[in-house]
Amino acid sequence: MSVTTKGPLPAEPYDVTVVGAGVVGSAIARELAGHHRLRVALVEASGDVGDGTSKANTAILHTGFDAVPGSLEARLVREGSRLLAAYAAESGIPVEPVGALLIAWDEEQLAALPGLLKKAERNGYDEARIIGADEVRAREPHLGEGALGALDVPGESIICPWTTTLAYATQAVREGVDLHLNCTVEKVGSSPPGGSECHELTTPRGVVRTRYLINAAGLHADALDRRVLGRGAFTVTPRRGQLIVFDKLARDLVSHILLPVPTALGKGVLVAPTVYGNVLLGPTAEELDDRRATGTTGEGLAGLRAKGRRILPALLDEEVTAVYAGLRAATEHDDYQIHGSPEERYITVGGIRSTGLTASMAIAEYVVGLLAEAAGPDLDLTVAGNLDPVSMPNLGEAFLRPYQRADLIATDSAYGSIVCHCERVTRGEIRDALISTVPPGSLDGLRRRTRARGGRCQGFYCGAAVRELFDGWGESGAAR
Amino acid sequence: MRRQRSVDVLVVGGGPAGLAAAARLAASGAGTVEVLEREARAGGVPHHCHHGGFGRWGVTGPQYAERLVEDALGAGAAVRTGVSATGWAGPLSLDTTGPHGLERITARALILATGARERPRTARLVPGSRPAGVFTTGELQQAVNIYRQEIGTRAVVVGAEPVSYAALSALRRAGVEVAALVTEEKRPQVGRCRAAAARLGVPSVPLVTGAVVAELMGRGRLSGVRLRRGDGRDGRECVLACDTVVFTGDFVPDHELARRGGVLLDAGTRGPAVDGSFRTASPGVFAVGSGVHAVVPARVAAGEGVRVARAVRGHLEGVGWPCGAVPVVVGAPLRWVAPNLLSPGAPGSRFVLRTAKALVCPVLVVSQDGRCLYRQRVLGKVLPNRGLYFSGSWVGKVDAGGGPVRVALG
Ligand SMILES: Cc1cc2nc3c(=O)[nH]c(=O)nc-3n(C[C@H](O)[C@H](O)[C@H](O)COP(=O)(O)OP(=O)(O)OC[C@H]3O[C@@H](n4cnc5c(N)ncnc54)[C@H](O)[C@@H]3O)c2cc1C
Ligand SMILES: Cc1cc2nc3c(=O)[nH]c(=O)nc-3n(C[C@H](O)[C@H](O)[C@H](O)COP(=O)(O)OP(=O)(O)OC[C@H]3O[C@@H](n4cnc5c(N)ncnc54)[C@H](O)[C@@H]3O)c2cc1C
Repeated sequence: MSVTTKGPLPAEPYDVTVVGAGVVGSAIARELAGHHRLRVALVEASGDVGDGTSKANTAILHTGFDAVPGSLEARLVREGSRLLAAYAAESGIPVEPVGALLIAWDEEQLAALPGLLKKAERNGYDEARIIGADEVRAREPHLGEGALGALDVPGESIICPWTTTLAYATQAVREGVDLHLNCTVEKVGSSPPGGSECHELTTPRGVVRTRYLINAAGLHADALDRRVLGRGAFTVTPRRGQLIVFDKLARDLVSHILLPVPTALGKGVLVAPTVYGNVLLGPTAEELDDRRATGTTGEGLAGLRAKGRRILPALLDEEVTAVYAGLRAATEHDDYQIHGSPEERYITVGGIRSTGLTASMAIAEYVVGLLAEAAGPDLDLTVAGNLDPVSMPNLGEAFLRPYQRADLIATDSAYGSIVCHCERVTRGEIRDALISTVPPGSLDGLRRRTRARGGRCQGFYCGAAVRELFDGWGESGAAR
Repeated sequence: MRRQRSVDVLVVGGGPAGLAAAARLAASGAGTVEVLEREARAGGVPHHCHHGGFGRWGVTGPQYAERLVEDALGAGAAVRTGVSATGWAGPLSLDTTGPHGLERITARALILATGARERPRTARLVPGSRPAGVFTTGELQQAVNIYRQEIGTRAVVVGAEPVSYAALSALRRAGVEVAALVTEEKRPQVGRCRAAAARLGVPSVPLVTGAVVAELMGRGRLSGVRLRRGDGRDGRECVLACDTVVFTGDFVPDHELARRGGVLLDAGTRGPAVDGSFRTASPGVFAVGSGVHAVVPARVAAGEGVRVARAVRGHLEGVGWPCGAVPVVVGAPLRWVAPNLLSPGAPGSRFVLRTAKALVCPVLVVSQDGRCLYRQRVLGKVLPNRGLYFSGSWVGKVDAGGGPVRVALG
């Protein structure tokens, strides 16, 4: 098992290489890891897994009730949702089944609810129902004035997106997948020159050779397609979503995910609790050209606050903990763009727009199915072995955290020593993350593994102490 | 499993306010007095302020903190470091976590002295990217003074109040060039000498007034800040190149524990509402220091610790808890007033006010239900982020059954 962050890459060719260690690429690598005879690599441009869109979303485990019926996305979201819920329970990924309400604020939205209910049924989801204004108010007493009714979707849940990607990657690496970080694929050729034996991926760290190639490059999937195939079936237009994270003291204001009713005028914003005990407001939807524009804007944040004030007025009086933005890999198509090119021994996994976290495990199954078809007897993908289960550190408020566990502290006092006070992260958890299978490459990576420095003070109290631990473990060589 | 214990007085927070209260209470025979401090060392904020000017003798922050700790220990108080109060188990019972395990401590009197923090960049809704190199003064001072970490090469300091100048000196100590101090206000909120010393010093640090940080730039590491001067629409913009930015001031009480315990907060200070004896609306619970009104000089916080001791002793001896206190509220542009509860029998203490806008010779008017209780012209200028103290001589005229008392400009 190995994770590399620098230095030369192995010369021997891989059987399969996945480009992009977001939630989708990591899930595919994990799925392939069950085929123990294959040599598999996961190659990522960033210094960490899950550092692209997968770290910056609204963290909802969708039912797929509102997908386009009959689409591939509808199917994979539905299946993925079940698969991930089961996997989360087994691996300790925090999930809270809070349910969602699509609130109708005007007559047009109210009139749209029956159609949405039908759509849910056509998507195989039959637990949704329409509820009246009184029931809405009873279930969400802090809601702003004027809610006329809602579609109740009890199956929607909130999940920890960081732990999900990390669990996939951890399990893949433990089962023998090589994870190469800081490894941007810049060029793709084939070897021997003119021949068709292997893809040659040129990266700043050298060349990766691989017989089969899977493109899970998220926002850059179209560019990689053009590099490999000389053509592409789609173009990615990043659609930015800005979000505001409110303080934990706001958590009691809301019990469900409050979804907007989609209308002709656009998607609107949602208010949702997070598994860390905060409340999210967002996202915006802005079509951009720049695939790196993950910054927030004054207008974006002001617009969110105006909409949030209507939905949950008291929320706006609470302190803001964080703001961030993510880019959805939208394309000109209304569905995922997953295509196999058997001739080129290549599979594209693109256009995974706003449901990729939920669908990740089903996408992985589907992609490995396509790969088996494309490769035939050339790759033995018929029987998968069992994967050793992983047990991820719990970041969720609905489950006991180490600082609350006398048993754990009795075995190791480091779990009783709180370093990050706002998020109650202990020295023991930080140490564990720094020496874990896939250790963080930065303080932000450490935050996504522990929550350290992610709270309301953003480091006023603990920033320097956390950095000291990070640097110290790095030097001792224990982590890297 | 939690160990259960009882003490007479439990103090949450071992900063100047909490330590001073514990020392005074232990010395006066108030029974078992215990301070919980979540950091590895007690002393609070002064612990990482390596500049002088603390206390009556102007010693450095760490020296001042040490002296407070010694006083508390010398008087017989227990000071337990590395122990966090994490939540409530009853009106006067707290749950704690420390390396020795979990405890549930029940007290006869509880003093919240949890201090204050600066609002970070996120809470100020400053747009832009999320690069490294973004600090608050608190983090900067710890990084420089305690851990001696590398900070950067060129910094912008946001704010021009006393704490901003403390950030400036921490940056200089760390060998960081300071490109500018930037404030939304028209003038610095420190004495003329201090402002001039920075501006005219070698190297000199320019002060940019009437400007806000409109965007942080750079990926990975900060590369610059975009400033907007004047008002939004016709505002001129410019970019200051820097790899470090320090957001200073904009203090907010660390009120989480108080709120989780249902302690009534004041809308202006956002800390627990207290009367002149630092009693909150929850019987047996007192609150002092920067956690009540952010932020006061360390010496003032310690002074409150000394003053709360008398009221705590009274409570332990069975003096009743006042009920039905009258709130004191402010009108814009005033931001808050403290104390902000008036209970019968509490000492007619001094009040402190903060304003959001600079005021010149303002007239303060105190009224209740439209009836004027007090009027005072304040001579000179009153700046934002500086305390304005005024007399409580009018407290006797308050109708205990009346509406809120209002402090506004006349
Ligand atoms: C605002 C917002 C809200 C969302 N909310 C939800 C939600 O609630 N629920 C849900 O299920 N989904 C949600 N999504 C969607 C979900 O986040 C995405 O579908 C998912 O993260 C996509 O994962 P990915 O692995 O395809 O992409 P990414 O996470 O972007 O991963 C792609 C990776 O490929 C790497 N890469 C790219 N090019 C190269 C190269 N040339 N060489 C090497 N590596 C490369 C990148 O560095 C990146 O790490 C949301 C998305 C957004 C933006
Ligand atoms: C960056 C900065 C610079 C300053 N510079 C100066 C200066 O130069 N001169 C000056 O006079 N004043 C200065 N001040 C103000 C002064 O330091 C503070 O007002 C003073 O320390 C307030 O004392 P306190 O006891 O109320 O709070 P603090 O000093 O903040 O102490 C509160 C203590 O409570 C602890 N605590 C909080 N919650 C818990 C919990 N749940 N469990 C256990 N422990 C807890 C904290 O760890 C902390 O140690 C500065 C303040 C700041 C933030």
